[in-house]
Amino acid sequence: MDRLTAEDMLMFVNAATTSTGQREFHSRAAEQRASLEFLHEYVAGNYRDLYAAVLALDINDLNAALITRRLLATSADATPEQRALEGRLIARRLVVMPPQRVYDLFHDLRRAGVNNRRTRAIIRDWLAARPDQAFDAVKYRLGLKRALRHAHLAPSRVVDEVLGDELGTFLFRTATPSRFRTPLLDSWRRAHYEQAAVYELPYTVAEGFATKHGIDRAVFLSKIKPNLTRLESLRLHKSANTDVDLAAMPLTRLATYVLSLPFAERVDRRAELTSALRAAALRTAGSHAGEWGRVAAVLDDSFSSYGSGVKRRRPLAVAVAGHYLLEALAGEYFPLWTSGLDDPLMSHPRGATPLGHRIVDALSHDPDRLLIISDGWDNAPPGLASEVLRVWRARLDPEHRVSAVHLNPVYDAGDYDVKRLAREVPAVGVRNAEDLPTLVEFARFTEGRTGFASLSAHFTDRVTRFLEPA
Amino acid sequence: MATLDFTGLTALPAQVWGGVRLVPLVRDRPITDLRLHARLYGDDGESVVALPASAAYTAYIPHGFVATWSDAPAATYGTHLTSPTPASTVRLHFHRRMARREDRNRLRFLPLHLAMEGYLALHFNGPTVLWDEWSQRAIRRGLSPRSEQAYAGAQVEGLADALKLFEIHPGQCGVMLYVADALAAAFVVPHPDDYRALHATLLLDMYGELIHHYALLSAPVPAFHARLNETYVESLDDLRAAASRQSAEWTSFHSNTMATALLHTNYDIRRVHQAGRYTLSRFLPGFRPKEENHIGEVITDQRGRTAYLKTFRLSESQIRRGHLLNTLAAHDWHLGAAAESLGIAPAAFTQRLEAAGFAYLLREDVLARHRAESRRSTTP
Repeated sequence: MDRLTAEDMLMFVNAATTSTGQREFHSRAAEQRASLEFLHEYVAGNYRDLYAAVLALDINDLNAALITRRLLATSADATPEQRALEGRLIARRLVVMPPQRVYDLFHDLRRAGVNNRRTRAIIRDWLAARPDQAFDAVKYRLGLKRALRHAHLAPSRVVDEVLGDELGTFLFRTATPSRFRTPLLDSWRRAHYEQAAVYELPYTVAEGFATKHGIDRAVFLSKIKPNLTRLESLRLHKSANTDVDLAAMPLTRLATYVLSLPFAERVDRRAELTSALRAAALRTAGSHAGEWGRVAAVLDDSFSSYGSGVKRRRPLAVAVAGHYLLEALAGEYFPLWTSGLDDPLMSHPRGATPLGHRIVDALSHDPDRLLIISDGWDNAPPGLASEVLRVWRARLDPEHRVSAVHLNPVYDAGDYDVKRLAREVPAVGVRNAEDLPTLVEFARFTEGRTGFASLSAHFTDRVTRFLEPA
Repeated sequence: MATLDFTGLTALPAQVWGGVRLVPLVRDRPITDLRLHARLYGDDGESVVALPASAAYTAYIPHGFVATWSDAPAATYGTHLTSPTPASTVRLHFHRRMARREDRNRLRFLPLHLAMEGYLALHFNGPTVLWDEWSQRAIRRGLSPRSEQAYAGAQVEGLADALKLFEIHPGQCGVMLYVADALAAAFVVPHPDDYRALHATLLLDMYGELIHHYALLSAPVPAFHARLNETYVESLDDLRAAASRQSAEWTSFHSNTMATALLHTNYDIRRVHQAGRYTLSRFLPGFRPKEENHIGEVITDQRGRTAYLKTFRLSESQIRRGHLLNTLAAHDWHLGAAAESLGIAPAAFTQRLEAAGFAYLLREDVLARHRAESRRSTTP
């Protein structure tokens, strides 16, 4: 029973880390959604405590939202103690989630007709804890309006005095007053007729007003620059010529950005991009830098690492980010790309996946750790990677001298898990390469050698750390 | 009569998606002095190809190939843009000949249609000796008009997905396409860049009824997983050797088992065009019933090695038609002799002709007499 629980939970954690419900290279969005939906229902029905505890792990935002929604919708099934812990986990998770996703979640709850007292309290507390509510009111106007309506909240209950008076007017009244006392709300009012006020608003809101006033795009972009978020400035890097501190970007995001550039530009900016990637990797590695000894990595840049039109080059970006992170973590590092490439900056999803041959090459460097970052579709020849790993573990490394982990960025909808290469090598789902050290530690559970007790302890430990006030 | 020469082409491990298995073929050295590129004729209407001697070939032809050759290495000729045509009209494309020289060193040809025309034109002139049994129509007009049906690749279940998800190998110059493990088509081009450009045209090609049905009804085919014997693995070098042995074993298994019906068969190869040191030909199989039979076209160099190949797998009824016509032709269109060579009575042979759609070749009274005869022999 315990072993089954452990296996189910590992499967669920892998799914919740990797699946975003979007189209992947080998499966359609609907397949991903349906598979994920089933998995959530199964786990929530059988292991409610663990299901809630998964909120404390590095799962992606879609799954965090799905878990929250399901927990709130099935409040009646939970005991009071369960509810108390769930409430704290949900509240903590919502704080770290991007606000637009939280507003979407509230909207989903509204559409699903979930409006119990706990839900309303959670919405109230989250709204009250928002750092800049006037900003939220302008940027997420519809989301905030729906949330307040759904939770039956008077604006004055979640915001301070001055804004409290005006928020109701701002959100719900059609006639605007002659002026707002809150500066941002007043900028929004003036932006309707005054071009200068447009540049005081968040970029997404200002964009609409700029169109309304017919402001030239170039002029608009140059003046709105100070109001851009970090991601917006990265996205508009070329068109608005924004100043982006690439090295401060999260590693995987940076890798995605680099892969989106044409080859010629990558060549021109080689020094800049490489140093940014290295700096981001060093920052992520932190105190562990250089501590991992001899590391060999098999990295997948086959055609399937293209992902899909909606997750463009995501698996490849994880591999590229992983490459730089491992370079920082390792004492000696041996990267092996499936295409035989030796310049990760120029990587491009192309060619078949001869994982088996590359693993043999990797092992010939006599590493302390072997890491495989691949979607697991081994096809040249199929199944060779599995056989190589099996024979290697059975004949050449029976005492597990080398630790081997397979990190898989793609959820396989048909298997309800990430595709694994061999029973002998643990496979864990990976969303961001930054989580790699944690995942490698987590991987020992999937190897089948550590039991349910230690997994359960790990969950408890993660939950405690997650709930500690930051 | 000759076989296809696959020298220089190696089969790599297959990739499977659903019922479709794609076996990549790589070339040791790409051919640089002959290049192919696609010419799309669009999706709007049928094409008429004017053939010599006032015959015409009408078919849905979505694309053509252009071959460019030179003494020095050549690049592909490039794409061209066509202006949009009004949607309310059905456009007929008129092509002159199946293979037409467009320039001193450029040849346009219609892939598969070249081969298909060869099959349709088989004994097209009808009886060579005017025995009594043949109808006036058969004597005057031969087999005209002959028609065959095929399915576009887009209609073959799972083919589009399989082609989309296929990971093209570096240096890949061809592919063998299996549907439910029946060889549906072989496609070889001179250069890896050509292959990359033409990979998607497999979806525009035509496939026989057999392949369409197999694809529709087939369960997913299993991949041939690698198996290593760990008993003799003592070191990493042993492991490496065992892993590379897998590839060699697959290559020989593929050419000796999976593709044997295509590769180890004699074909009736007819030259269509000579382009520098290359020869464009089309070929017909021996029409052996209940066996694999492929028609196709091939470009070979002066030593007979395949530079370009495209095949079409005939359906069982198409094989039967070819077989009957060949048998008749071999016996100077004498019904009795042909029937005797197959070991059946003339009446039964007539019935076979009728079932194959060749009833119009025989005189009505001959047909009626043979029908009556076979009725009498079957009812006790």
